[in-house]
Amino acid sequence: MLGRTAHGIHWMFRYLERAENTVRLLDAGFHMALTRDLVTSEEEWRSVIQTAGLKADYEKANASYSGIQVWNFILRDKANPLSVMDMIDNCRTNARLARNAISEELWEGLNVAWMEIKELFSRPISQRNLGDALALVRNAGTLVQGSLEGTMLRDEGYAFARAGTFIERADNTARILDIKYYLLLPSLAHVGSSLDTGQWDTVLRSVSGDRAYRFLNAARIDSRGIMEFLILDDRFPRSLAFCYSELRDNLAELARLHGAEGECNALMREADQALSETSIEDILDTGLHDFLINFIAQNRAIAGAFAEDYRFVS
Amino acid sequence: MSGGNFDEMYGTTEPGKGEVRGAYGGYCEWLDEQEPEYLRRKQRDADSEFRRTGITFNVYGEDDAEERLIPFDTVPRIITGGEWRKLSKGIEQRVRALNAFMHDLYHRQEIIRSGRLPQRLFRDNVAWLPHMVGFTPPGGVYTHIVGIDLVRTGPDEFMVLEDNARTPSGVSYMLENRETMMAMFPDLFTQVQVRPVANYPRRLAKSLAACAPPAASDKPVVAVLTPGIYNSAYFEHAFLADQMGAELVEGSDLRVIDGRVAMRTTRGYEPIDVIYRRVDDDYLDPLTFNPNSVLGIPGIMDVYRAGGVTIANAPGTGISDDKAIYSFMPEIVEFYTGEKPLLPNVETWRCAEADSLKYVLDNLAELVVKEVHGSGGYGMLIGPTSSKKEISTFRRKLEANPENYIAQPTLSLSTVPIFQKSGLAPRHVDLRPYVLVSPDGVDITPGGLTRVAMKKNSLVVNSSQGGGTKDTWVLDD
Repeated sequence: MLGRTAHGIHWMFRYLERAENTVRLLDAGFHMALTRDLVTSEEEWRSVIQTAGLKADYEKANASYSGIQVWNFILRDKANPLSVMDMIDNCRTNARLARNAISEELWEGLNVAWMEIKELFSRPISQRNLGDALALVRNAGTLVQGSLEGTMLRDEGYAFARAGTFIERADNTARILDIKYYLLLPSLAHVGSSLDTGQWDTVLRSVSGDRAYRFLNAARIDSRGIMEFLILDDRFPRSLAFCYSELRDNLAELARLHGAEGECNALMREADQALSETSIEDILDTGLHDFLINFIAQNRAIAGAFAEDYRFVS
Repeated sequence: MSGGNFDEMYGTTEPGKGEVRGAYGGYCEWLDEQEPEYLRRKQRDADSEFRRTGITFNVYGEDDAEERLIPFDTVPRIITGGEWRKLSKGIEQRVRALNAFMHDLYHRQEIIRSGRLPQRLFRDNVAWLPHMVGFTPPGGVYTHIVGIDLVRTGPDEFMVLEDNARTPSGVSYMLENRETMMAMFPDLFTQVQVRPVANYPRRLAKSLAACAPPAASDKPVVAVLTPGIYNSAYFEHAFLADQMGAELVEGSDLRVIDGRVAMRTTRGYEPIDVIYRRVDDDYLDPLTFNPNSVLGIPGIMDVYRAGGVTIANAPGTGISDDKAIYSFMPEIVEFYTGEKPLLPNVETWRCAEADSLKYVLDNLAELVVKEVHGSGGYGMLIGPTSSKKEISTFRRKLEANPENYIAQPTLSLSTVPIFQKSGLAPRHVDLRPYVLVSPDGVDITPGGLTRVAMKKNSLVVNSSQGGGTKDTWVLDD
């Protein structure tokens, strides 16, 4: 497979994953805002913008934080350097680049979803159709992932796609945790203390983990339990541990197909081992923020080595 | 334009008035049994099918390089087996002549020496490539993939409008039109026996592999070279690569290593044997041609001349298909095959010649005037449908640079009905069959792309000008 094609498939899935995570975040914010008074809901929207990493860009374009401004900014505003619409466009452009390396169903599923999203996003999203807009993007992700599973040859293309999904998802989950944690903490002295359970509920919703967590913990919300769940529980498909176990398998499969390991395999092994030997106590001792910053940097290093190893660019 | 056109379904311009011609017997029988609403719904389904599969072409210079659908009409264009056999013979003769002509031009130039072709025709031609002089491409093939544009003016009158010997496009529409028709009307295909076209990509792959260069291994590696996703035909490039199981490469994926052209794969650089290129000569090799090109591969021409790679179509092939050469095709066919051309040309006046120029200027309102190097319906004058002002503007351009133009009579192109809300309505069509050439022979896929002018009375069928397409059937009789 061409390096450029591998790059196309990989990024197709990264953008798709990023779009999906972004709408999950919005969904959580929307849900919280509906259960708050006006002032606190403003805070909630502020934290959504912060979590999405868009504070500076948003404040350049908007004087205040209202729900409708926030979700339109995130979903479709031209002043946003990377809106969800852009992510979906990028996803499709990369799919076109890799058109002859992905299955027809995969391409058609994405293409149809893109047309529908483009159509809906061509006008401002009101409170009334926000739910539809978010569902459309989330469903696109599910549909494309499903086609990938059901129709793609299990060759290197599949591994590049899956690696894209999990590199991106690990990064997103870590960022959500990090920023949320900071926003939630009145001061660092409160690490591990009992916190606003409603806010932690948002964190869980942002990664669609609220149900799974309640199921596993008999609906007891505590910060330590949630951190442990999102970082170390490898049964939950958006936890860091799960992402890394998938990523490790995909990178190992690529190494097997190529008959040689690359730099990314070495980095992966290191990261995977470190994560599996870490307990929640260790993380709290180091400090969650430091742990996550370290994780995000490591993740980026793996992605960089991966691109090098498989010659994504000349 | 109205009156006197040959309608391929009814033999007359008024639908329902003439007798259904033999070719359309089976189809019309089926058609009569269908509810109009069912046909209308299927026409809509077909459009959304094309959108869904992303069969679009990009339009440069428009908002966001907009992707457009080429209108598809659900009434097929039907050719009998007998008609096709005759056409194929004529096409094969013409394509053999084209290849022999190019070999001669880049070697001994017998046709010039014999005085049958003026020397200025190639000497001043921008498509002429001195780099090809004395070099014979692998297998002796110059134009591997040819699209011959045909028009029909009567029951037995097909003629060649244009030879596309450089990078003929549209074959993906031929294939997708058939797929769509079969998906829409499966019962129709059990009632009428139509010769299949779906094996074209396999035949293309085989034909290209048969032209592998001396340096190739037993299993030649074929790649399609595209200018990239913003090219108007990118969908087709990706589609053909996909269907052939070949790589779809861009110039930036390739470089010359150890005398071979190699592509950057996830395992490192791997050599390519045959490149089906869809970029123009000028952009192929910045070392040899346009130095600013980022689409090409520096040094590929050296590799090519040393037998390290096959380029299809060969560089310099354009010399054979411009409109000035076209007017000499009857002489060219006779010179190289020793036979009379089986398919006639459209009568053509060369404005470079004084007598012809005078005639053309005197009759502008009746003629179609085209730029010698133009394509896609750009830079042309259609006398009968142009205003006085347009004609006088064009007259000045023509007088200023007569060598740049040829003129042809306005033909009474045949029509095939299209399906409209109100029923069938005749529209002008042309036909582009696709021809593959290798040392093993000339291979013509039964059918081709029928382009149709969607506007009433319009003669312009180009997709860039709003033309549509139809599925093209060659009957299995």
